[in-house]
Amino acid sequence: MEQFINFVKKEFAHVWRDKKTLLILFGMPVIQILIFGFALTNEVKNSEIIVMDQAKDQASQQISSRIAASRYFDIQNSVMNNKQMEAAFKKGKIKMAIVFPAGFNEALLHQRKAQIQILADASDPNTASMLTNYVSSIIQDYQNSIDKAAAIPYLIVPEVRMLYNPQLKGAHNFVPGVMALVLMLVCVMMTAISIVKEKETGTMEILLVSPFSPLLVILSKAVPYLFLSLINVASILLLSVYVLDLPVNGSVALLFVESTLFIITCLSLGIFISVKTDSQQMAMLISLMGMFLPTVLFSGFMFPIENMPYPLQLISNLVPAKWFYLIVKSIMIKGLGFSAIWKETLILGGITLGLLVVSLKSFKIRLA
Amino acid sequence: MRTIRFLLEKEFRQIFRNKAILLLIIIMPVMQLIILPLAANYEVKNINLAVVDHDHSSYSQKLISKITASGYFKLTGYNASFKEGMKLIEADKADLILEIPHGFERNLVRENHQQLFIVVNAINGVKANLGGAYLGSIIRDFNNDIRLQLLPVSKFSGAAVIEISSSNLFNPLMKYKFFMVPGILAILVTMIGGFLSALNIVKEKEFGTIEQINVSPIRKHHFILGKLIPFWVLGNVVFTLGLLVSWLIYGIEPLGNLLVLYLFASVFLLAILGFGLLISTFCDTQQQAMFIMFFFMMIFILMGGLFTSIDSMPDWAKIVSRFNPVSYLIEVMRMVILKGSGLRDILPQLGTVGVFAIVLNAWAVWNYKKRN
Amino acid sequence: MEYVIKTDRLTKRFGDFTATNEITFEVEKGEIFGFLGANGAGKTTAMRMLCGLSIPSSGTATVAGFDVYKQTEEIKRNIGYMSQRFSLYEDLTVQENIRFFGGIYGLSNREIKTKSEDLLEQLELKNEAKKLVASLPLGWKQKLSFSVAVLHQPKIVFLDEPTGGVDPVTRRQFWDLIYEASAKGITIFVTTHYMDEAEYCNRISIMVDGKIEALDTPANLKSQFKASSMDQVFYHLARGAKRSD
Repeated sequence: MEQFINFVKKEFAHVWRDKKTLLILFGMPVIQILIFGFALTNEVKNSEIIVMDQAKDQASQQISSRIAASRYFDIQNSVMNNKQMEAAFKKGKIKMAIVFPAGFNEALLHQRKAQIQILADASDPNTASMLTNYVSSIIQDYQNSIDKAAAIPYLIVPEVRMLYNPQLKGAHNFVPGVMALVLMLVCVMMTAISIVKEKETGTMEILLVSPFSPLLVILSKAVPYLFLSLINVASILLLSVYVLDLPVNGSVALLFVESTLFIITCLSLGIFISVKTDSQQMAMLISLMGMFLPTVLFSGFMFPIENMPYPLQLISNLVPAKWFYLIVKSIMIKGLGFSAIWKETLILGGITLGLLVVSLKSFKIRLA
Repeated sequence: MRTIRFLLEKEFRQIFRNKAILLLIIIMPVMQLIILPLAANYEVKNINLAVVDHDHSSYSQKLISKITASGYFKLTGYNASFKEGMKLIEADKADLILEIPHGFERNLVRENHQQLFIVVNAINGVKANLGGAYLGSIIRDFNNDIRLQLLPVSKFSGAAVIEISSSNLFNPLMKYKFFMVPGILAILVTMIGGFLSALNIVKEKEFGTIEQINVSPIRKHHFILGKLIPFWVLGNVVFTLGLLVSWLIYGIEPLGNLLVLYLFASVFLLAILGFGLLISTFCDTQQQAMFIMFFFMMIFILMGGLFTSIDSMPDWAKIVSRFNPVSYLIEVMRMVILKGSGLRDILPQLGTVGVFAIVLNAWAVWNYKKRN
Repeated sequence: MEYVIKTDRLTKRFGDFTATNEITFEVEKGEIFGFLGANGAGKTTAMRMLCGLSIPSSGTATVAGFDVYKQTEEIKRNIGYMSQRFSLYEDLTVQENIRFFGGIYGLSNREIKTKSEDLLEQLELKNEAKKLVASLPLGWKQKLSFSVAVLHQPKIVFLDEPTGGVDPVTRRQFWDLIYEASAKGITIFVTTHYMDEAEYCNRISIMVDGKIEALDTPANLKSQFKASSMDQVFYHLARGAKRSD
């Protein structure tokens, strides 16, 4: 045991020495949380649009000012003809154009029927449909307001309640994802590289000819990263609660226990990679290409898994980050207890065990 | 000039010598371009809906079948109580609950007014937003149907109606892949260029070969150019492959001029390669270079407008993204490929990226010290 | 007497550590100059300053008549350098390395061709010309490295521990190459840890803790320190050293 502690101390010294890397290890989560929390939102707002008002009458101006008052839109002031409008779309200056035909008010009052044309830049389809929806509901509201006198018969009023995230903040979705991402990166990449580095420089031989168990040597390399990662978990949580105003609805203790489990999963993955590769560059490429992209894609925090083709959905089950993401979301945001996440926990535990057994086996073969 | 020829000859030889890495450079982007758009699909459909129907009337049945017929929703639960519906949300089996209250049909007919309750799992903002909006408009349609059914035409036509005709320019079928593919291609070109160049000079430092260069009379800018040009060619090859893949597999043909596209990509590559070389001159080990490049890549990509729109960002983030070369590439790729924008339309972006290219490369030359 | 290297109180400090402390010496044209010292004595730092790889903190020096502060690029045109670590491209073949280094020193294609043929002949590497450098044994790599360093006929060639880790036979062959280059009028500036090699030099200097403690011909040094071999001279001077690594 004393030997083990000595080994761990040596590993800590290694980690502390490389200040540039350390700075990035601790800086990365902070920057990411800030970017995800503040800069990225799935909400569409301040979209630049133009209103081509060929009517310039009471109704068109009232609708325009309602649109202008909405936070979703920024009405550009320039008056344009069709050609200029097309150019503005092509330059990416506007996302939408709303066209009131001449005599809009007239038609509305006398024929009881008027038309508005909406042109949306659908090269970004989701934004286009959201914007169209926003405009439609503003126009609908206006229509209802002018008809107040004549009450609309048989009205169905949908009452919408947004659960968990009433302001539709991006952070609710992203913070659990960033946690999975950062832990994955720190643990997998750093352990894999630091073990392979010892192989490359030949110091591994020295450790292996020493009387200590090779297993202990490998484990001692993982311990510092476990600590580093727990610090990262704590800093991510503190930032999300105090800077992003994100709630932690469930038990903090449970969250830490589950995080520790996930960290151990990642460490085993790092050990697995290091056993299988011989050069730092290869280890880097594998952990970056093999781990980073699948984590972003298949954990489900960026893109809904149910939209993917079936084979990809199956693959996503192999990605540990997916299960951790579900766990964090359940505890932090939905405030659920262990009974809701025992299945995910079990799967993570299984993956960890599998990875450790396989790496240990091939490690022994290597030694034999 | 002659020196550059020898430098280029050497760099190309080294690139072609390492077949494994070369293969990786070529195959990986192609594979990713094939797989990523399938996975990165934000076309909002298959929204999981749980219905809690307390009414069991013909109206509630009609409404439900209208919703499922729309194609946006998948009925994953038909529950007796709201509590059961909530369980589905907690288990992520449902994204929305539609609760139809007891007496829905009766009240609507008698009292002219009836409420419906929609509960949305809003953790994922886009889904919540779009799902709520779709459901809202289906209910509006349903409402109109009911009205037409119940009222004599003449009476209802008394109210003023504003008809909205909306058209979706540039992507009338609203295909999300059309939006993602050019963006993903932009990211892949960036990653290849950025990582290769960042690792390159550092590798010469780690192996000690840079000493032999530093002690020779090679001019600094010749050396940097010798590094820049091979990766620039490689970047263009990857870019071309990417365009081919998106044409062959996704049927995306650039609407705009290919020359404009290549012109912009070429200038962009100079900028991102310059950035990689700059990082390379700052670092001592490949591990460091990798981590630092990774750090910037993450910011570039996440803030580049690939997944979320830059317009919706707060002001400080908008300013940051103005210094992000990747955001310009993503923007221009989409403009030229999807909207058919021409050279004049992209001049501001081209100019900015051009300035980046000059500054970053000049900085890399300046920061590459032949002696210390 | 014509001097190709002249230094006057040349000093390099890293923070408060003085790696090279006011060294003053001259190297004559055409001589084989041995630069000795224990590990960490400051030899490599001094050599790097002379090659224009490192900026001196104070003092002056000229190499091939050019100033080490301002005219480093001119110096580089007139010197060859072989570093402690093997620094040819391992992923290029023997021939490709020769071609590349010949090219960047401005040799014409014809010169490159004839010179590389001569060189391969001389080193008996003809059959290995198309092999990757990585696959060569260390001794051959070092010989190749030296030949590449003198390919462009520099006035001076700097060799930093060129024979480290090489077997005695190959070391002998290596020194044959050095004598040959010297015979062509190239000045040799060489650091080494092998005292038998020190005896091959025309003159040697011995550095201790950043300072030059002795400088003369091997014979004179031996008589000065009343020693029977260079080993004893070196031991006598170096045991007082405070730093080593």
